[in-house]
Amino acid sequence: MTADTQEMQSGAEVLLRALKDQGVDVIFGYPGGAVLPIYDALFQQNAIRHILVRHEQAAVHAAEGYARSTGRVGVVLVTSGPGATNAVTGLVDALMDSIPVVCLTGQVPTHLIGNDAFQEADTTGITRPATKHNYLVKRPENLARVVHEAFYVAKSGRPGPVVIDLPKDILIGRAPYTEASIKPHRSYRPVTEPDAGQIAKAVALLKHAERPVIYTGGGVINAGPEASALLRKFVRMTGFPCTSTLMGLGAYPSSDPQFLGMLGMHGTYEANLAMHGSDVLFALGARFDDRVTGRLSAFSPNSKKIHADIDPSSINKNVPVNVPVVGDAACVLRALIAAWETDPAKSDTQAIAAWWRLIDEWRGKDSLRFTQPRAPGSIIKPQHAIRRLFEITRESGRETYITTEVGQHQMWAAQHFGFEEPNHWMTSGGLGTMGYGLPAGMGVQVAHPDALVIDIAGEASILMNIQEMGTLAQYRLPVKVFILNNEYMGMVRQWQELLHGGRYSESYSAALPDFVKLADSFHAVGLRARTVDDLDHVIREMIATDNAVIADICVDPKENCFPMIPSGAAHNEMILGPEHEADAAGITDEGLVLV
Amino acid sequence: MPTTPQAEQPQRSATISVLVENEAGVLARVIGLFSGRGYNIDSLTVAPVDDQGHRSRINIVTSGTEMVIEQIKAQLDRLVPVHRVSDLTQQGPHIAREMALIKVICAGEKRAEALRLGDAFRARVVDATTESFAFEMTGATDKLDAFIELMRPLGLAEVSRTGVAAMARGTRTI
Repeated sequence: MTADTQEMQSGAEVLLRALKDQGVDVIFGYPGGAVLPIYDALFQQNAIRHILVRHEQAAVHAAEGYARSTGRVGVVLVTSGPGATNAVTGLVDALMDSIPVVCLTGQVPTHLIGNDAFQEADTTGITRPATKHNYLVKRPENLARVVHEAFYVAKSGRPGPVVIDLPKDILIGRAPYTEASIKPHRSYRPVTEPDAGQIAKAVALLKHAERPVIYTGGGVINAGPEASALLRKFVRMTGFPCTSTLMGLGAYPSSDPQFLGMLGMHGTYEANLAMHGSDVLFALGARFDDRVTGRLSAFSPNSKKIHADIDPSSINKNVPVNVPVVGDAACVLRALIAAWETDPAKSDTQAIAAWWRLIDEWRGKDSLRFTQPRAPGSIIKPQHAIRRLFEITRESGRETYITTEVGQHQMWAAQHFGFEEPNHWMTSGGLGTMGYGLPAGMGVQVAHPDALVIDIAGEASILMNIQEMGTLAQYRLPVKVFILNNEYMGMVRQWQELLHGGRYSESYSAALPDFVKLADSFHAVGLRARTVDDLDHVIREMIATDNAVIADICVDPKENCFPMIPSGAAHNEMILGPEHEADAAGITDEGLVLV
Repeated sequence: MPTTPQAEQPQRSATISVLVENEAGVLARVIGLFSGRGYNIDSLTVAPVDDQGHRSRINIVTSGTEMVIEQIKAQLDRLVPVHRVSDLTQQGPHIAREMALIKVICAGEKRAEALRLGDAFRARVVDATTESFAFEMTGATDKLDAFIELMRPLGLAEVSRTGVAAMARGTRTI
């Protein structure tokens, strides 16, 4: 035996060694025929922990939760065929929200590929539009290199999911190990440092702004905690108002007076009107999503726009901008702060003070206002439930991570739960995947065993991945599922009420399980709040419980989520709730087509 | 995205050359990008262009508004195996050529006319029977279009085109 052949290990062992070298400490997965060699290798080592999920979609969401709460790459392991196809929803979710995930999929042996073998699927074909990049490893000598490269691709530039498809013969056969290369990638070299000339143009615009707005998104979170710290510095040194997308919440503290709250379809009155009325708009790590812009032709019509993003294809995609800046959010902010400090021009403090007076007037509308009846036995308003959850968790002093499912409860959570730090808010923004929150919360809890992890859920969404209660039990993950139970797919019901003549087609959550008993059967604790009198007690008990909890909060089934910019409407045509005067804007036919 | 403002903006044609790593699935990635995002492909060619076969060049002729074409280039550029994206139409004078095989089945005066026109267009006869010709013709897309139109009434039976190969004029390279 030569020295070279002594270095040869099975493909599965090479794979685990590469994962370990990439700093992986946990994998979310589900075994099957094609990946048995990997499971066998996992069994014989202790460096990497495996969390057995109950459905492959949940494995990807758990990896997303892990990634978003730690800033590291989440890792998934699934088998071929149905294992891979079940993972697709999670992959697209990670793609839309720019979450770094490496997903290892089993594949039939190379000689059977294309033969319609048992549990064969064209995984690279199916996942090509579902991932940032994908690989099929056809030669053992490429295995280690591909794994290292996959981690680089997943986490660099605009992060995203990467699939590595692993034929079974590659896992069994002997393969050499290679260390991660320090050479730059052959073709993929994302730009992180912004162009100095563009930064100078941006500062010139910002210094002369009279009605500026800073609009930040998930890119700031993805750029790491330093980006959030720099954002705080920049916002404070400029004195400008700051708003955030759903994805960006926590990058700037919600309690800060310069924060206008979330913008967009269910954003605050002041954030949306500030966007509409601004003369200089600075978008950072955000992508002018249709949920943010409303009707494009009426979006922030009189502003000069600066757009900084790490992905050049996000710039000028929906909205033409005046100053494009390509770069990582932290690098952009660092350059901007330096340029702002050295630029001798002074900003127009008088104009900006006048702008703030206008914003404060809008803020005075208190667009998130709601009325919780206090009489004993009163029905719980969902907004009140979130408010109390926020206040009680804050009083507890515990480090708290919030995940959500998708729908009204998600928007109420974004509106009423105050986020002060980045990486503490995990929600499916781009894809809007019902069933995201429970498995994502699982991934967060694995990464932060002592933290308080709460999935704010709806009774419909939670059933989409309810099987993960089993995973919580197996690994003693004390995730709290806080269900705002209004017995409807609430957002669907709301749109049917507002847009479809109150014809509630298929949106009633009929034949619901008893969530308390359901919790019990999954070895968790079930709690229920029927009226406002029970609420605080249930929340306190939920937080104090050392186990997984399902808290079934029975809320007002008729409550709608406001403010709301109807589809096809502009920011200044938003509908405020019944608490405010009825100034409902008409929804156009064109708007009805939009979702 | 609302279609009205986009539709009002002028459309242009763009010849884009893309230098890619020659790996499995790279063409599917490029084509999938166009179909998935609703971009047009008017013509597409691909072949390895370095001596070791590591790199391929894809030439795409597409059309859209300026904003869409900029978007196409940015989307192509962010694909992991893409080395370079070059908009030849925007970057100045360039040469674009394609080759076509054109089969005409005809007899009598039409046969003589087809041959005369073939001469005038500098098409080469690469196959002939007593009832048919196959012409080979290389040139700009509009020249090929014109010749094919002329052959139609004369018995045009089949056309096979390569799509456009293109590069910048002068010393500039991709």
